[in-house]
Amino acid sequence: MSAAASAVRVQRWTPLSIVATCVGTVLLAALAFGPVVFGANTIDKLTELFVYVILAAMWNALAGYAGLVSVGQQAFFGLGGYATIQLTQHGVNVFLALALAGLAVAAVSLPTSLVVLWLRGGEFAIAMWVVAEVFHLLVNLDHSVHGVTGTSLTALNHYDPTDRRRYTYWLALGMMSGLLAAVFFLLRGRLGPSMQAIRDDEQAAGSVGVRVLRTKLVVFVLAAAGCGAAGAIWLAGQLTYQPNSYFSIQWTAYMLFMTLVGGLATFEGPIIGALIFFFIQDRFGTHGVWYLVGLGAVAILCALLLPRGLWGTIEDKFGIRLLPVGYRLRRRDS
Amino acid sequence: MIWVNQIVQGVLLGGFYALLATGLSLMFGVMRIINLAHGDLAVVGAFLVWWLHDRGLSVGVSLVIMLPVLALVGVVLQRVLLERSLRAGVLMPLLTTFGLAIVIQNLLFEKFGADIRSVDIGSLAFDGWRVTDQIYVGKLPVLIFGVALALLGALQFFLSRLPLGRAMRATAQDPETAELVGINARGVYLCAAAIAVATAGLAGAFLAMRATFDAYAGPTLLIFAFEAVVIGRIGSLWGTLVGGVSIGVAQTIGAQLNPQWSILAGHLVFLAVLAARLTVSGVWARGGFKAAVGIRS
Repeated sequence: MSAAASAVRVQRWTPLSIVATCVGTVLLAALAFGPVVFGANTIDKLTELFVYVILAAMWNALAGYAGLVSVGQQAFFGLGGYATIQLTQHGVNVFLALALAGLAVAAVSLPTSLVVLWLRGGEFAIAMWVVAEVFHLLVNLDHSVHGVTGTSLTALNHYDPTDRRRYTYWLALGMMSGLLAAVFFLLRGRLGPSMQAIRDDEQAAGSVGVRVLRTKLVVFVLAAAGCGAAGAIWLAGQLTYQPNSYFSIQWTAYMLFMTLVGGLATFEGPIIGALIFFFIQDRFGTHGVWYLVGLGAVAILCALLLPRGLWGTIEDKFGIRLLPVGYRLRRRDS
Repeated sequence: MIWVNQIVQGVLLGGFYALLATGLSLMFGVMRIINLAHGDLAVVGAFLVWWLHDRGLSVGVSLVIMLPVLALVGVVLQRVLLERSLRAGVLMPLLTTFGLAIVIQNLLFEKFGADIRSVDIGSLAFDGWRVTDQIYVGKLPVLIFGVALALLGALQFFLSRLPLGRAMRATAQDPETAELVGINARGVYLCAAAIAVATAGLAGAFLAMRATFDAYAGPTLLIFAFEAVVIGRIGSLWGTLVGGVSIGVAQTIGAQLNPQWSILAGHLVFLAVLAARLTVSGVWARGGFKAAVGIRS
């Protein structure tokens, strides 16, 4: 027995993952110099990409790792924009408001979790949709955003367009890096395996001592904060806030697409999915309806034919992990 | 008196929601699948009836053609999408049916455009009985309520008395054991999917007659149906009616208070019922939601 046990080595870091983590960190640091190098259009595009990465990573943490398939994440995206509008209308500096929006949304997600986190699978999925509808209707009732017509983030007009663009870019980059790091450390810590155990079998996980609700709560609030931050950054890019477009189900459709195509329950997959989505959106986004039909169809095909997504399939085939969020067992060849 | 009228209208509206929810409930009860495209399939039924009617067929004939077509859609859906999804785990059907919902909505939009439509059923749309000065009962809502009752009754009879219905209940409880005693579980699933989608189509057709619809009406229908299912406790046929009526009454009373509150009131009743069930009776400690809504696992 002991011979068999010692024949296997538990590994977290591999040479590849050390290189990949370093390259990733350096890349993020290098991106901070983006506004110095790139033109206005590229900066806007990259900011948009960062929002997609955040959304995909949050939805993946929720659905891929914790098994909480939410079709109502647009609730928090919309609330992020709404929180920014509200904070600036109450005199908070606009960039501070953009940074705080995620926290405000996290605060709202706490009472929400009391109702929905008990639910499982499809029940949770649709209950989240109801929650999104409720927040949407409530925001529509608010006169300060002029209901369906919406309002705009006038506070940003005080800034020079170049500065505005740069600050938004840095904010988006910072948020994305911070949230990716949060998911990374969450997965490496105690909660990572707990989440995945809950996803695979909630009762069994509970019976071996996983604190089911608390674990779910952490992921739920993190994902809410992340989607809220994404909504705020989106608002800074668009300047206008129309509840109907921020609380639109299409945001969840995008998240689903990015995560399924890139690779559900892999750390790298959603980032790749976001990159793919970004290019598709850039290239075909103007095709309107057919574009959305295509997105839905590709997501279905990916789910059925490539259930681990692009990156998951590559991982399985070549046995590589770029970022060390799990453990690997390696037979010691003696 | 105005309130009594709103409650009456709410109850009748509840019949429509129950009709909408029946298929969702059946599919969940038998296959353990929550079909996120359920509302969009109802809208497909609505468009099909509208299209046939527009080609000059009567509403009745359109209905008779639509129902088998949608049953067939259900069979194809089960064979092509749901069967494969289920093999990949319990969460996969959610992902694929959500993808399907997006595809259906946008295909309908591409084909039929942004116009809001309604099927013209002549005087039936506004005929009714004046009970008192303030209470007016429309013929169409009563008809829909009656159809909902009849459908639930027929399903009840089918599930409890007929061999196929019993096979369906057995498969719902344990597909492997059901197969051991000679039940073709795959066939039972196909049958359940056919019934579920056809009833969704029927609800969609009634939507087309009693109100308006467009290509993106599906998600709202799904949410109402789901609320009815959960309030009525999942898996219970007559509970679906109770749930539908609760949502309907909440909406009409909300609308009476303020037109903007109508849908919100329905959602809030749903969330309140959910929260109440979870806090009352100490389910915090045991079983969580499944116990709260009465699912025996």
